Amino acid sequence: MNILYDERLDGPLPEVNKGELLKALQHALPDLDILWREDELKPYECDGLSAYRTTPMLVALPRRLEQVQTLLKLCHQNNVPVVARGAGTGLSGGALPLEKGLLLVMARFNSILHIDPAARIARVQPGVRNLAISQAAAPFGLYYAPDPSSQIACSIGGNVAENAGGVHCLKYGLTVHNVLKIEVLTIEGERLTLGSEALDSAGFDLLALFTGSEGLLGIITEVTVKLLPKPQVAKVLLGGFDSVEKAGRAVAAIIAAGIIPGGLEMMDNLAIRAAEDFIHAGYPVDAEAILLCELDGVEADVHDDCQRVREVMTAAGATEVRQAQDEAERVRFWAGRKNAFPAIGRLSPDYYCMDGTIPRRELPAVLQGISRLGEEYGLRVANVFHAGDGNMHPLILFDANQPGELHRAEALGGKILELCVKVGGSITGEHGVGREKINQMCAQFNSDELLLFHAVKAAFDPQGLLNPGKNIPTLHRCAEFGAMHIHAGQLPFPELERF
Amino acid sequence: MADFDAANALLDQVDAARANATPLKIQGGNSKAFLGREVAGEVLDTRAHRGIVQYDPTELVVTVRAGTPLSELLAALDDAGQMLPCEPPSFADSATVGGMIAAGLSGPRRPWSGSVRDFVLGTRVITGLGQHLRFGGEVMKNVAGYDLSRLMAGSFGCLGVLTEVSLKVLPKPRQCLSIRLDIDCVRALSKLAEWGQQPLPISAACHDGQSLYLRLEGGEGSVTAAHQRLGGEPLDSVFWRDLNEQRLSFFDEGLPLWRLSLPNNLGPLELPGEQLIDWAGAQRWVKSESTEIHALAQSFGGHATCFTHGATGSPFQPLAPTLLRYHRQLKAQLDPQGLFNPGRMYAEV
Repeated sequence: MNILYDERLDGPLPEVNKGELLKALQHALPDLDILWREDELKPYECDGLSAYRTTPMLVALPRRLEQVQTLLKLCHQNNVPVVARGAGTGLSGGALPLEKGLLLVMARFNSILHIDPAARIARVQPGVRNLAISQAAAPFGLYYAPDPSSQIACSIGGNVAENAGGVHCLKYGLTVHNVLKIEVLTIEGERLTLGSEALDSAGFDLLALFTGSEGLLGIITEVTVKLLPKPQVAKVLLGGFDSVEKAGRAVAAIIAAGIIPGGLEMMDNLAIRAAEDFIHAGYPVDAEAILLCELDGVEADVHDDCQRVREVMTAAGATEVRQAQDEAERVRFWAGRKNAFPAIGRLSPDYYCMDGTIPRRELPAVLQGISRLGEEYGLRVANVFHAGDGNMHPLILFDANQPGELHRAEALGGKILELCVKVGGSITGEHGVGREKINQMCAQFNSDELLLFHAVKAAFDPQGLLNPGKNIPTLHRCAEFGAMHIHAGQLPFPELERF
Repeated sequence: MADFDAANALLDQVDAARANATPLKIQGGNSKAFLGREVAGEVLDTRAHRGIVQYDPTELVVTVRAGTPLSELLAALDDAGQMLPCEPPSFADSATVGGMIAAGLSGPRRPWSGSVRDFVLGTRVITGLGQHLRFGGEVMKNVAGYDLSRLMAGSFGCLGVLTEVSLKVLPKPRQCLSIRLDIDCVRALSKLAEWGQQPLPISAACHDGQSLYLRLEGGEGSVTAAHQRLGGEPLDSVFWRDLNEQRLSFFDEGLPLWRLSLPNNLGPLELPGEQLIDWAGAQRWVKSESTEIHALAQSFGGHATCFTHGATGSPFQPLAPTLLRYHRQLKAQLDPQGLFNPGRMYAEV
């Protein structure tokens, strides 16, 4: 099943006359930068999910709020679909353009408007990069906690739209826990302020609803985030294990000991070998699994917790436990994990990164299931895992130049996500549904739940002009998908052999 | 009362209400009935639907039915050495978990730990179409679909009947120490702004006009070091429960009580009545007969809620017209017949 917009399954899109729309925009907004020539549009044909590309009809690059407002009103009046895009680093195709739609690029809104160290907040435009906020706050000893791995490039507007995570979520939360206020433009060009500089606001919690709504409810034009004092110290322990089960037990035991690590990451043998080969982080390449446990906070507490974690890992059967002796070694331990994706990229021409979450206790069973599915589909899978919060990133190794392998990798990916749902997890922990996981939404939610999502959408965008086809599938798409896939763990024809 | 899954009975009552177009007044232990506007409707009592459905302390997640007494949930967590970090107030022994979510009120730890909504991971909800649906789940990270679970927190039952909720929980801190510093409000707020930028283990900060009350929570080392640095007189930790449950003498009956939720670091404020500062200044309680409290809170960049039943016809901060329109549109989509707690928050919603 192709995931590009399919009007037969995703609903008809309004017919838009490109020439007329361009003329109308140029007339209403003479100073707005609009790209319309084929060669100019090409760079915008995909986001971080580069396997899927669609050339947008037009690309608008506004610099001022009024431009966005006028543009939205015009699109609303003329029934033109609008796809918003920030830095374009998203991994689920949330900013995949539409042939019949306008791509609204918010990247030029890149000013940090205000940092208030005493109130510990930063007010920024949506195109500001995630890391730039922490850099601007650093002179005050403060930082912005959520740190998706793309933080050097991804923009805060996109972070809010996707409810981005990172490796420190268990202790410091997701984007939704770290944003105080957003300014939004509706498709009708109305301004809404959701949240406030106070810790809560009157009315329904629309800030929570809009966070992670993937550009389907409104366009984010400003973001106010919480800043935290930088932890005094951070220490990392590395534990090696001869089985994934033991590593999983160690994770549970660390939590049971009342410790909430700043980061708790697991890698399986294939990922360990790939990372070690690439980065020379000092990982034990014979281990079936390693745990990286970062403890941060006030020095005395961190010291005590390191001791506790060391004991817990040993009791759980670790073959070795090493604490990074200095900052250089700590950075090296993390470099292996943070470069796990490119490291795996060296093993295989292509890889496909999944993003399912599971209750942690299901880890051994799910890893076994993944390995079994990998054999079934004839593809290798490496596993890196935000073990603290149950967010898995299985990496499927394949070669797109081999006929059928991309298709097989996608099918395997879909099966892995359905396995996550079956054990009580989710198809996406932090990358978002976008276009990539639109079919798997049919496995996670039933049709009544999907209809309610569409009802929520209708409260803000009844014509369905904002980012159509993303995040929530039509029932029609699910009917088609259900006809050929497992639904909620039930095979349609259990008696048939499957390969 | 024993654990019991009464979801079907709740569904039947919602179906009957839909058939007869009778509004429902959703009710748990009635401990927060004084909040919000009067609702005319047939009572839908959630308390038969009770019990902890799943709790595995090493997963840091508990799933519990809405009618479960809050005290029962807190006791189960306490037994496992864990807690709800947002410290929701009960206001009466009868308080239920569903009511705690619907009211969305958090206690003294809120500025440091996060609010009730921040700990919601998943919900089951009976909608205005009479369907029992599930959103979110029992995992920490889940960005599939719209976040209807967190939307339910603080919605006072106006968007659906909450039947079950999954919450993130955390281990209790190893060390907890409360102190009192006899410094005035001006100095206290300025010190709190300074301390807020440092990695100090403060987890509650209240000023009553005379003294600053602080709670320190963390490991033994950090708490001891902070205590040595800050000094102060020892304070019985029961102070925080009395503050949270509004049992301090400040909360004795009298003038209407208002809660002001304000931006951090506003400094001392002239308010038209006696005040009590919590949340290091981000939450201020005022006893006042003034009719200008909403306007005043708004002028400071925050909002106000009246906590005295019947003292005003609009206890919640009025919404800007555009925002109100979207509230109505959302309500109309999720509860088209307007069955659930109509008017509890706003006359139009």
